[in-house]
Amino acid sequence: MNAHGNLVALGTIARREVMRILRIWSQTLLPPAITMTLYFIIFGSLIGSRIGTMAQGIGGAPISYIEYIAPGLIMMAVIQNAYGNITSSFFSAKFQRFVEEMLVSPMPSWAILAGYVTGAVLRGFMVGVIVLAISLFFTKIHLYHPLVMLSTFLLAAVIFALLGFVNAIYARKFDDIAIIPTFVLTPLTYLGGVFYNVAQLPSPWKEISHLNPILYMVNAFRYGLLGVSDIDLTWAYLIMFAFVVGLGVLCMSLLHRGVGLRS
Amino acid sequence: MSNAPAPVPALEVADLRKTYATGVEALKGISLIVQAGDFYALLGPNGAGKSTLIGIVSSLVNPSAGDVRVFGHSVRSERSAAMQMIGLVPQEINFNLFETPLDICVNQAGFYGIERDVARARAEKYLKELALWDKARAVTRTLSGGMKRRLMIARAMMNEPRLLILDEPTAGVDIEIRRSMWKFIEGINAAGTTVILTTHYLEEAEQLCRNITIIDHGQVIENTSMKKLLSKLDVETFVFDLANPIDGLPTIDAVKLTHIDAHTIEVEMSRAHDLNSVFAALSARGIMVNSMRNKANRLEELFVRLVEGNLGGTGKEAA
Repeated sequence: MNAHGNLVALGTIARREVMRILRIWSQTLLPPAITMTLYFIIFGSLIGSRIGTMAQGIGGAPISYIEYIAPGLIMMAVIQNAYGNITSSFFSAKFQRFVEEMLVSPMPSWAILAGYVTGAVLRGFMVGVIVLAISLFFTKIHLYHPLVMLSTFLLAAVIFALLGFVNAIYARKFDDIAIIPTFVLTPLTYLGGVFYNVAQLPSPWKEISHLNPILYMVNAFRYGLLGVSDIDLTWAYLIMFAFVVGLGVLCMSLLHRGVGLRS
Repeated sequence: MSNAPAPVPALEVADLRKTYATGVEALKGISLIVQAGDFYALLGPNGAGKSTLIGIVSSLVNPSAGDVRVFGHSVRSERSAAMQMIGLVPQEINFNLFETPLDICVNQAGFYGIERDVARARAEKYLKELALWDKARAVTRTLSGGMKRRLMIARAMMNEPRLLILDEPTAGVDIEIRRSMWKFIEGINAAGTTVILTTHYLEEAEQLCRNITIIDHGQVIENTSMKKLLSKLDVETFVFDLANPIDGLPTIDAVKLTHIDAHTIEVEMSRAHDLNSVFAALSARGIMVNSMRNKANRLEELFVRLVEGNLGGTGKEAA
């Protein structure tokens, strides 16, 4: 199949993913909106008002707790939804066996992967925009570095889409796609500096926190929105790029060998 | 003497072997050739290796050894070109039950790089031909079993394949729908598409297919033309329904009669034997035959004998 045909195939998967997201919006778009609204009410308005200033922003302006956690909450929603979209969608395709529609077609493995990752990134984007809009009801959001914000969003969504793809490839039953989000993703997100500044942690927890990749994504995204970060941006980008390349190679290798897909 | 190059076969399978991770040896060196334009039967009992063979041809199963070529393109080294030629109707329902037939067909075309406007026109054409157009926008899980089977055929036609593989496409489908499906597939074959069929309805294979391979335990046990295979059957068994009950069985030379019940007897005889003489002998003893039928269709009888090892197979490739 030529390059144009491959793009048509990729676009077909991405379009099908978007249609699925919109068809079951009450399962894909509504829950993060409700959850994040509760986070903003409880942690932002009720508890946050007693915490006070978290950092000094650009020009020395104080950053309130609710402002501080807003970027982390948006990033948390993006990560969880990019991951959740690809695991549930690709595993369903495996479970109902309609993944075979793609496997018997001439489209290359990279187009299958790119199509599903595009779908996951688009769900992350939709949810991110919804949570951003909700946050505007509770606090002011400035876009100090829009390119940093957008690139961090994109890299984080791709990383967790690729991780979700690996999970879906190996999953044999629906329980297998719930284990990683529950026991790995959620703890890492909560410990990734969404609700607190890791610099305030005592040793060795401060150093251990730096092993958590989500810390870098949350802080880079926070830098894009607020202009402040607890970590060096260069490290954040290096780590995110390394994850994208490493996971991309892993996914392609799994697809090429047909792991979990071809007997 | 003609210098024209030999036509490229639709499918060439050479010494194909497959051993699963569980240690099960599903294919033990299968070789066969399906010529372009053929209507080809691939038969065998459950677990013979048919679905594994089809899985390897359609790249859903990785072979352990051997090669498969589709119109000259190797499934291993030229997968994309080979898959472009194939349409697959699998044994199990394998589409998204929450999508509509129209979306399923249009998306399938998209996976082959076909633009949406072309795909929509094709989907309409095939859904109409298979009497599914009025269900084009229904959710597929609400379709009947026969409709789901026809949808899988429409989906397989979206890339207008040169080789259509049908893996038990009529399983569980009523006779009326089955006949309409065969009519459609016969039309596709007449238009030039090579068709490979696996089915447990052997009378259909006998009616539709020109060449046949029977496999069992992962090996080819017969590979010839349908005509040659059927000519091997030298004995036929008929069931006679009698007008009046009988107590005992008469004796007729070179014919074996078996008493089934008071109104029914089985008549086993050589194909060379004259049926008129059987009727005359029965009539002379006051036994009137109301109706008669074959106990099993001819291919079914041969199939059972081959699989049970009661008839010598050639085990050779078809010409």
